[in-house]
Amino acid sequence: MMGEIEVLQPGLYSSIQDLGRAGFQKYGIPQGGAMDIYAAKTANLVLRNKAKDAVLEITQMGPKLKFTQAAKIAISGADLSPVVGGKTVAQNTVVKINSGETLSFGRRKSGCRAYLAVQGGFKTEKIFESRSWYNGISSFSKLEKGMRLKFEVNDTEKAETFAGVKPFSGYITANHIEVYPGPEYDALTDAQKLLLEKTEYGISKDNNRMAIQLLEPLVNELDAIITGPVLPGTVQLTPSGKMIVLMKDAQTTGGYPRILQLSENGMNTIAQKVMGERFSFKILHYKEDR
Amino acid sequence: MNGKFPKISPMGERAVLVEFEPEISQEVLEKVLFYKDKISLLYHEVKLEVINTYNSLLIKYISSIEDLYGEILTIKTLFQEDAVSRYSKARLYQLPVCYSKKFGLDLQLISEEKKMETQEIIRLHSNTIFTVYFIGFLPGFLYLGGLPEELYIPRKNEPRLAIEKGAVGIGEKQTGIYPQSSPGGWQIIGNCPVPFFDKNKLPPCEISAGDKVKFYPVSEEEFEQISEDISNGNFKLKSEKYDG
Repeated sequence: MMGEIEVLQPGLYSSIQDLGRAGFQKYGIPQGGAMDIYAAKTANLVLRNKAKDAVLEITQMGPKLKFTQAAKIAISGADLSPVVGGKTVAQNTVVKINSGETLSFGRRKSGCRAYLAVQGGFKTEKIFESRSWYNGISSFSKLEKGMRLKFEVNDTEKAETFAGVKPFSGYITANHIEVYPGPEYDALTDAQKLLLEKTEYGISKDNNRMAIQLLEPLVNELDAIITGPVLPGTVQLTPSGKMIVLMKDAQTTGGYPRILQLSENGMNTIAQKVMGERFSFKILHYKEDR
Repeated sequence: MNGKFPKISPMGERAVLVEFEPEISQEVLEKVLFYKDKISLLYHEVKLEVINTYNSLLIKYISSIEDLYGEILTIKTLFQEDAVSRYSKARLYQLPVCYSKKFGLDLQLISEEKKMETQEIIRLHSNTIFTVYFIGFLPGFLYLGGLPEELYIPRKNEPRLAIEKGAVGIGEKQTGIYPQSSPGGWQIIGNCPVPFFDKNKLPPCEISAGDKVKFYPVSEEEFEQISEDISNGNFKLKSEKYDG
């Protein structure tokens, strides 16, 4: 049986995401998927969903959602003060919602992106083996007023849940981002490498699912490269010194030098930073086993 | 095999980058695609993806690589074998392009800049067999190399906010077709009515890296006719085996 969630107010920017599209980058299709994979997986884990089940990624200001069927939900990642029936909803916990009840969000307390999972998972359109929304591939790119999102209704009484999940949350407010050297890291001077480690970087207003630009420039004379592969987490350095952290919806190839590559943890942390927040890079080196 | 290339290095926790000589050439592409096939074949059981650009291969693993250096050693052994031509796999696609004033927004400008008749630009562009190097930038955006030198032209200083779907453009030494409406900085010379990226098909794009593309000029009337045939399902994309 299918249930539905009706969008009463869309909030700032929300979209359906899962683990993304693997195997389609060769057609120029971005990987997509949840910006903070850890939080998305946690919300599913709490409900005993599959890790790859689709969740709603909610950015900074949450939507107002009406459930047409009773459901069990869990919210992980950023704390955007979720409320059901006048009561605050705890993070990372199974919450029962009655038919006709409304879930809304309030003030942002921490992080940038919250993940709403519903038991059974969202059953919205699947395209190229994923339900992740991306403009040009999926029919929708962001939540709009009046939309109805389908989800699968399980026998909620029988399904067991992990009431005792205690996820990490330190990564959300961490002030360092783990990175590995990128393909063009060695083209940097020692002074530039030192600056990368010592500088505190701020998140600029240009930050979205495609890329996050940093405020502090890194002056450089690096040559452009022949257009080459890029990944979510690749940090590009432009001739004007701008550093661009590519995120999940980034294009698949690029011509700027790729100086750093964020770790999985680094990706989750930066996905939880809002404009103006500051952090520094923690450069990890590949384990040499020689 | 030259000592410096291929350069094999990790790119994050779940990808390995293989780089060949940094040049845009048929020769390097042949090598890239030979090893791409080989790696894809070796790993067909493991869930991973190999993508190529002009001179690189990116091997993306679905989960983190536990034994990174072991993995890199395995990949290195693959490059012991010399690459051979894989021309036999290539197909030549014939694509219609309407180079009229309506679609060729920058033809006049290029003509003035190059002091070349627009007819000559069209003749050069449609008499060339282009090589598909890879698909990137946007879903279904083909990077086509082999542009005659006379047609090299820089990108526009101010990119257009919306380039029409199907627009055929020139950017530096490359030509390409915008598979969907998008902002873009290439000089627009025509429009191709054939959609070769279809999100409802698998694979979504019939043309792949290593294939060849040749354009043929059509009038606005023919363009309309082809568009109609496409929407009725009566259009057949022309392609043949390409043997060089």
